[in-house]
Amino acid sequence: MRDSVHLLDAVVVANGFPLISGTTLNIEQGTVTVIKGANGAGKTSLLQLIGGLVPLSHGEGVVAGVDLIRQDRRAVRRRVGWLGHEGSFYEDLTVAENLAFACAALSVNPVEIPQVLERVDLLHRIDTRAKDLSAGQRRRVGIAWLLLRRPEIWLMDEPYASIDAQGRAFLEEIIGDASRAGATVLVSSHDELDLGKQKYRTITMAGGRVVKST
Amino acid sequence: MIRIALLVARKDLRIEMSSRVLTWQVLPFGVMALLLCGLALGPTAAGHSHAAPGLFYIVITLMALLMINRSTAIESNRGTRSSVATLGLDPSGVFLGKAAALVVEMWLASAVLLVGTVLFLHVDRAKTLIALPTIAVAVVGLSLAGTLYGAITSLHSGSATLLPILALPAFAPLLIAGERAYSAVVYGGNLKVWWSLLLVSALAYLISGILLYGVMEES
Repeated sequence: MRDSVHLLDAVVVANGFPLISGTTLNIEQGTVTVIKGANGAGKTSLLQLIGGLVPLSHGEGVVAGVDLIRQDRRAVRRRVGWLGHEGSFYEDLTVAENLAFACAALSVNPVEIPQVLERVDLLHRIDTRAKDLSAGQRRRVGIAWLLLRRPEIWLMDEPYASIDAQGRAFLEEIIGDASRAGATVLVSSHDELDLGKQKYRTITMAGGRVVKST
Repeated sequence: MIRIALLVARKDLRIEMSSRVLTWQVLPFGVMALLLCGLALGPTAAGHSHAAPGLFYIVITLMALLMINRSTAIESNRGTRSSVATLGLDPSGVFLGKAAALVVEMWLASAVLLVGTVLFLHVDRAKTLIALPTIAVAVVGLSLAGTLYGAITSLHSGSATLLPILALPAFAPLLIAGERAYSAVVYGGNLKVWWSLLLVSALAYLISGILLYGVMEES
């Protein structure tokens, strides 16, 4: 199976401070990887680097076949999906309007919106503004956004923050489904995942480097 | 680029219609500011009328700063920034879309303020109508420049206070030309030269924005 992510001695520097300081990492397509580490270890920065959201300062990096040094990293962005714990959408738009915007931006048929909202159990809140949703429901809107997009690489930045056990189980089900469908999933989390029989890899970061991989 | 511009403009206008920040906060602020200017000038109708073009542009600039801050704040949530960035939207289209939404909002604000200049500052109604095209172009220029400078300041801490410092010098040619053109219509004078400056400034910001907005976002 080919690598979705290949990093060799990758360094990311922002405002003179190294966020990622010499990380080497290969992640196979269709796998699930959990990134662990203390706050400030570089988990979010690693996800941002893989998503083409921050520039690679030194080293090598190829994500979804796009060279992060030689090619425009915007080419990576259309192939990844981002789910953050802060909310991934416009607060003053309704659930339907947010998803319609994403569909229009990506030329995806919006006819799938009700179907996807049913899948994430949010069809009854379709006309609710995002800011009026609970933390768990907001996370589900983010998941719906990803399900509509079907990106090659899912980047999930602490998706379990402030959601209950039921929300967590649902998220794990979605992650398993995405991986089985061929997507590469990277999750930054302080906790282990429960993906049933499906195996996943865990990497631990400290000081902007991968210090352990199991 | 045009498809993305229309998409972003529709989205920003829909957000405004939902949040009603313009209706309930920015417009009342502008009307109150204009009314206070009229009170500060005293009861002389002629004095009011002569000061009207300048006061109009001072107040519309203050309103523009509030609206630009609002327009950039829509995108500034970290999670929203990341997930919208992964949509891979053409930055030139995003610039045009955000500027277009701002133009619509500022045209509406200008219309309300012009009614205020007639009511509070006793400007001739017919001459105000004749000045409309120059004001419309000045507002387009302010929206284009504001969108570009909003992107520059959006990622800095204290962006709300940094924006006026950076944007006001950039607004200067538009404000001077706009005020002079409005005055020329109301009191007579050379309109042609101010029209030219307005059009050249607006065009310069249009081209700069299309070329530089993506660079500003990335940096």
